Amino acid sequence: MAHRKEDACNPEATTVSRREFLRRAAILGAAGLVSIGPAGWAARAIADDGNQHRLVVVFLRGAVDGLNVVVPYGESAYYDNRPTIAIPRAGSDGAVVNLDGFFGLHPALTPIAPLWHEGSLAFVHACGSPDPTRSHFDAQDYMESGTPGVKRTADGWMNRVLATMPGAHQPTEALSLGPTVPRILSGKMAVANLPLGRAAVRPMPLDRPIIETAFDRLYTGDDALSRAYREGRMARAKLMTELEADMAAASGGAPGPAGLSGDAARLAHLIRRDPSIRLAFLALGGWDTHVNQGAARGQLANHLQPLAQGVADFRNALGPAWSDTVVLVISEFGRTVHQNGNGGTDHGHANVMWVMGGPVRGGKIYGRWPGLAVASLYQERDLAVTTDFREPITMVLESHLGLGAAQIDRVFPGRPAASGNVGGLLRT
Amino acid sequence: MFRIGNMAASERPLHALNRAAFGPRPGDLDRVRAIGAERYLHEQLDPESIPIPPDLTARIDSLPTLKLTPVELFLQFRQPLMELPKGDPAARKQIRQQARIVVMEAIKARILRALDGPRQLQEVMTAFWFNHFNVFVGKGLDLIWTGAYEQEAIRPHAMGRFRDLLGATAKHPAMLFYLDNWQNTMPGAAVKNPRFGGINENYARELMELHTLGVNGGYTQRDVIALAHLLTGWGLVRRDVFRPWQRRRLFAQGAETDANGFFFDPRRHDFGAQVFMGKQIEGAGIGAGELALDMLASHPATARHLSSQLAQYFVADAPPGPLVDRMARRYLETDGHIREVLATLFTSPEFWDQRSRASKFKTPYEYVLSAVRLSGIEVTNFRPLAGWMQQMGMPLYGHETPDGYSQTEEAWLNPDGMMMRLSFATALGSGHMPLEAPDFEEIADEGGGGAAGFFRKATLTPRSGEIPDIDAKRTIPDASRIAASLGDNLSSQTVSAVLAAPPQLRASMILGSPEFMMR
Repeated sequence: MAHRKEDACNPEATTVSRREFLRRAAILGAAGLVSIGPAGWAARAIADDGNQHRLVVVFLRGAVDGLNVVVPYGESAYYDNRPTIAIPRAGSDGAVVNLDGFFGLHPALTPIAPLWHEGSLAFVHACGSPDPTRSHFDAQDYMESGTPGVKRTADGWMNRVLATMPGAHQPTEALSLGPTVPRILSGKMAVANLPLGRAAVRPMPLDRPIIETAFDRLYTGDDALSRAYREGRMARAKLMTELEADMAAASGGAPGPAGLSGDAARLAHLIRRDPSIRLAFLALGGWDTHVNQGAARGQLANHLQPLAQGVADFRNALGPAWSDTVVLVISEFGRTVHQNGNGGTDHGHANVMWVMGGPVRGGKIYGRWPGLAVASLYQERDLAVTTDFREPITMVLESHLGLGAAQIDRVFPGRPAASGNVGGLLRT
Repeated sequence: MFRIGNMAASERPLHALNRAAFGPRPGDLDRVRAIGAERYLHEQLDPESIPIPPDLTARIDSLPTLKLTPVELFLQFRQPLMELPKGDPAARKQIRQQARIVVMEAIKARILRALDGPRQLQEVMTAFWFNHFNVFVGKGLDLIWTGAYEQEAIRPHAMGRFRDLLGATAKHPAMLFYLDNWQNTMPGAAVKNPRFGGINENYARELMELHTLGVNGGYTQRDVIALAHLLTGWGLVRRDVFRPWQRRRLFAQGAETDANGFFFDPRRHDFGAQVFMGKQIEGAGIGAGELALDMLASHPATARHLSSQLAQYFVADAPPGPLVDRMARRYLETDGHIREVLATLFTSPEFWDQRSRASKFKTPYEYVLSAVRLSGIEVTNFRPLAGWMQQMGMPLYGHETPDGYSQTEEAWLNPDGMMMRLSFATALGSGHMPLEAPDFEEIADEGGGGAAGFFRKATLTPRSGEIPDIDAKRTIPDASRIAASLGDNLSSQTVSAVLAAPPQLRASMILGSPEFMMR
């Protein structure tokens, strides 16, 4: 069946299936549809009509130093172990931003301090994976597959979440930022990927109808290449329309800022215009600070600042959609409590998970803090894990995305029993 | 005639060109058909016997920074930066820009050899081993050392003994810097520099996990620490000049150096005995570290790990177990000779299995190179190709982490990747890629300094139209010629789709066909 653009507003188009029609209409422009009769549809301005709950996961690859992100400045062992890279207590230059009288935020994260104070930023400390591996690649693999210690798992947990979502699969339901689809989103459900940077909005040689039509004939099958091609075409058509319209309206056609803030703003604009986006993922590197980590200033700070700014920009660009969005920031493991001989830290165990969004009951540190006394450390060197990373994620899947127990069992098979350490993390 | 494997005889020449080379150029298929696929592979296994055309040699020789050692590169491109007075940002910027010439020349040489070089298998193996022993051009001094690393440590050993390759990478300044081993120092050593504050396990860990044994190779955290101790003092030659008596004393203590800038400093080395992989290694200075490398290179887990990666690259994403076993055995029999292991692979029924034909999804690197080779276009401006590789997620020398780029379909086949490839095919096949423009030596600093800036600038060129059209030559590949160069190996669906397309799009259609996405 051939559908022309005009059909979108043609009440006589009775032969169209509703699903196909919605998909075509969505491609034409990010507009919602309202019924004007048994077979007729017309466009209406987009309005948030509930249950557009979405989850954004940001993976800091390389094991970010959680102890310098959410700093236990109330514990003297922190300073004993880190003579030159500890973040100073309040009252000095480069001091922590106080959070709750015991923990403080790295000063480079000041751009997200307002989120803490308004109650939409929380942390789960001493959170991580039970698996003892200190290999980046294995640990990332386990955190993305959602099955620590098990290498046979073929897909990623976010793909399994996508598989539980009811209804017809939309081409932009899950979005990955970057040119390769990460482990966490790989699996049987198709995922759209959005290029990083300005490439996301730049027209490509492919974007001309005569060329698209020609290539359409090459990729008509049911094989993996054809499916990827078609998903790409649909996603690109949708994303280009939405992004171009948005940019033209907002900034007179100028491309947005480079780097994370630009990507974050683009993602936020897309989310506002496209209610079908449910899951998004972004990975950032450069956290493996074995050497010369710095303290309030330096290598780690230089990476934290743009991250915080990107998150703040994302929140601002999302506007009202923030009330339906949860953002998790995770990393494969933490780093050693004690600094090493090169002014840095080595691979550790527990880390801190960041949990943000309108639905989050923020302004609080969740989890159970085990302390930094030697007897409380993991293998006498690392912060111990007292909350499995799957527990806060499970809470988000349940309370925010509405998954049932059986569905969560499929997302995280073999997960441990809840510790109860993250009670109240989300407003229900 | 007895043939190994069940692949039809007529399909073997293209299969050989797709796997052991970066795909056919016009005329390659005829040549390989004439001598037979097996003979072609046999020749490629002996790169020294294949002469390099004089004009290719001349083009490589015309890149002056390629001939410089890391020490010379440091003195020319980094030393001036350190000698500048503090408040001169314009001069700093200019010196940084100069350093990007080094990266540009390295990228040019790599792509040029891969496109035009007759020693194709050697280029395939150079890319494979660079990826295996990855360094990131964007990390500090590696900006100026990565090209030298490929020239000195990788390419010469790409088809020789693995132990030689391993040793060359372990001692090259680019690797010493990338994985921090140049700072790895015995705690309490008698050196004042705060950089040499203690043990750094980063290199020791990745040496075992990624370069040799593999993550399941049976080593423990204690082995990582022991290996780190054994490799203390393996660093970079000092900038300050030793006085003769210092020099004499150091070398009497066991110091060693080489022309590349490696310097074994006995003052920073832990001469104590270590227990490594169950074996007691006596403190013998640099020899202790060499012994550890010997043990790693000859370990059965290493044989398996490398064989598995090679089989994955050349045969299938899920490498066939029996083939890996045979290759591992051959590795151990021949004391780790890469050429011998490859010979086992190329004469295996698995390699010549019908199911293996056209079953590997090309990585962006392979896709871009094979498309340009097939187009027959003679490239003088390499920057669009570097830019497209970066757009597709595989910037040359640009993988940040030591695990290198994935070589599987799962990593690279995705919706946006397909859109990028077809855009590339459209531009290349319709004469819209300025590959024949003169090479620009100067770099306008829009992209900022360093490697990231280079890639940013390179990506501005292919699509934004900012390059003025100063050279009108834009070859449009001939569709029937490129189809013939592929042995007319296109499905009937592809053929009819190509014929249905407007004539000016047909070359792009072939370069963007599903068949051409596979090797």
